[in-house]
Amino acid sequence: MLRFILSRLLQAIPVIFIVITATFFLVRAAPGGPFDAEKVVLPEVKRALEAQYKLDLPLHEQYFAYLGDLTRGELGPSFKYPGRSVNEILFSGLPVTAELGFYALLIALLIGVTAGVFASLKPNTRQDYIPMSLAMIGICMPSFLLGPLLVLVFGIYLEWLPISGWGAIPGDKILPSITLGAAYAAYVARLSRAGMLEILSQDFIRTARAKGLPEWLVVTKHALRGGLIPVVAFLGPAFAGLLAGSFVVETIFQIPGLGRFYVQAAFNRDYTMILGTTVFLSTLIVLFNLVSDVAAAWLNPRLRSQFSGGKS
Amino acid sequence: MTGATTNENTANLLADAEQGSSLWQDAWQRLKKNRMAVGGGAVLLFFVVVALLTPWLAPYAYETQNLDLGASPPSADHWLGTDVFGRDVLTQIMYGGRVSLAVGFIATAVALLIGVTWGAVAGYVGGRVDAVMMRMVDILYALPFMIFIVLLMVVFGRNVLLLFLAIGAVEWLTMARIMRAQVQSLRQQEFVEAAISLGLSPAAIIRRHVIPNALGPIIVYTTLTIPSVMLLEAFLSFLGLGIQPPQTSWGLLISYGAETMEEYPWLLIFPGLALTTTLFSLNFLGDGLRDALDVRGSKD
Repeated sequence: MLRFILSRLLQAIPVIFIVITATFFLVRAAPGGPFDAEKVVLPEVKRALEAQYKLDLPLHEQYFAYLGDLTRGELGPSFKYPGRSVNEILFSGLPVTAELGFYALLIALLIGVTAGVFASLKPNTRQDYIPMSLAMIGICMPSFLLGPLLVLVFGIYLEWLPISGWGAIPGDKILPSITLGAAYAAYVARLSRAGMLEILSQDFIRTARAKGLPEWLVVTKHALRGGLIPVVAFLGPAFAGLLAGSFVVETIFQIPGLGRFYVQAAFNRDYTMILGTTVFLSTLIVLFNLVSDVAAAWLNPRLRSQFSGGKS
Repeated sequence: MTGATTNENTANLLADAEQGSSLWQDAWQRLKKNRMAVGGGAVLLFFVVVALLTPWLAPYAYETQNLDLGASPPSADHWLGTDVFGRDVLTQIMYGGRVSLAVGFIATAVALLIGVTWGAVAGYVGGRVDAVMMRMVDILYALPFMIFIVLLMVVFGRNVLLLFLAIGAVEWLTMARIMRAQVQSLRQQEFVEAAISLGLSPAAIIRRHVIPNALGPIIVYTTLTIPSVMLLEAFLSFLGLGIQPPQTSWGLLISYGAETMEEYPWLLIFPGLALTTTLFSLNFLGDGLRDALDVRGSKD
């Protein structure tokens, strides 16, 4: 198991390094300097600004300086908000996005697993078709459509829930969390149904039933653990998807989180902010993938014994 | 020389006969029984035909505005209403659909081309080449591509061609994995060994034996890739990072519709309906094909 974690960790390091390098040179290759917008800037001022942001150095020196900053956890100053560092902006948005993502994931897992397990118990009956049709709708209804529709129905027509903000008015966290979580609930439902169906057809389940175990115990004690391995493995990609989804959801609901900052930075051409956010989010995603892979391997007894050197 | 060609032809004929008679006809029979898949295919076909014939079918010209009319709800003149510039929504959706579907199909084709070639070579050559090629796929897999595409669109401007390439470049990875797994299992089969002993070149074996036999999973995965590509395009366009005016796409129309949905909900609902219906159809068709061709583990 330790060897598995170590090998995955070793694999993650080059990925993070590639992300940093590719992002750095991509951003530097972008047409137009960061100070081109302010046309009235005097040449001396521009030079001083460039010196401050180290833009007067040759490219490779800028790169190594940036790598050096990164090892100290410094993501550099923001181009657009002078006096504020990328770190400050990121950490002001991080708790908001983390909370939003947590609620969305909670919704996805609670609804998704329940619906998926429920459907798998009586395959090809109404108990299977109804939740799975709903899951199909969830997959085909992108968040940028679901969000505005929910706002329209629950916010504007019914006036039940607030339609923007985060933590200012009670209940304003409900619609964004549902919008972000719905598609993942659908995926989780499909995955847990498929996983459960596979496990429920195996010999050890038949043994459990044969020795007279009640069906609910067969499901909860024996089947669930194996049946949910695909769901756990999906959490890594889901995390990346939730982050990307937060771009849209935070824009729709005007939530001051990481996703909204990233989109704003993209429009403002705030290059250090884009660079810093990309590096930060990418590292998070890579690490989360790692955690989800390790968790899935740990749940799977076959894989576990394989990686702990044959001992089971 | 002539003998070798005859042998090659015989081998090909045998291979064609073997898969032509049973597998594809069976699959077609199974697919026909799946009402959801057939319905999905029919709806999709309808949308594709409409998209191809849009310049002739659209009720108004793409540029036509009617500022005096402004935004109006659905009526006899404008079946799906008009937007704030008095542009016909149905016309906008039809032209937007051309772009959305084109992105879906072209980016998927890019992914298909790269992925199938990559996977076929890796699986066929095997050994160290395979290890290196699949290692590269593993590393690329771990990259947070969504963020990368946003970055690309910011850095190099919002260019449709770049969008095709960027999306295609993301989606080829799974295709390469599927193809490699197929090729590896096919290599062990007797008819491929027979073809090798008959002296067929590796390129000919891949083209004539491996690809036709790996076609099932590829078709299924392609059908399921198109909706995810279309979603990606709509996602970027919604954020303002994808398709740019004067061009339009369903994602862009949804984005405009969301801005004014309070007063003019039809501007959000109809483009949304067009996108979801298409995604539905593609997913049902893909699932149906997977069941019909009995492909397991291609996605999810």
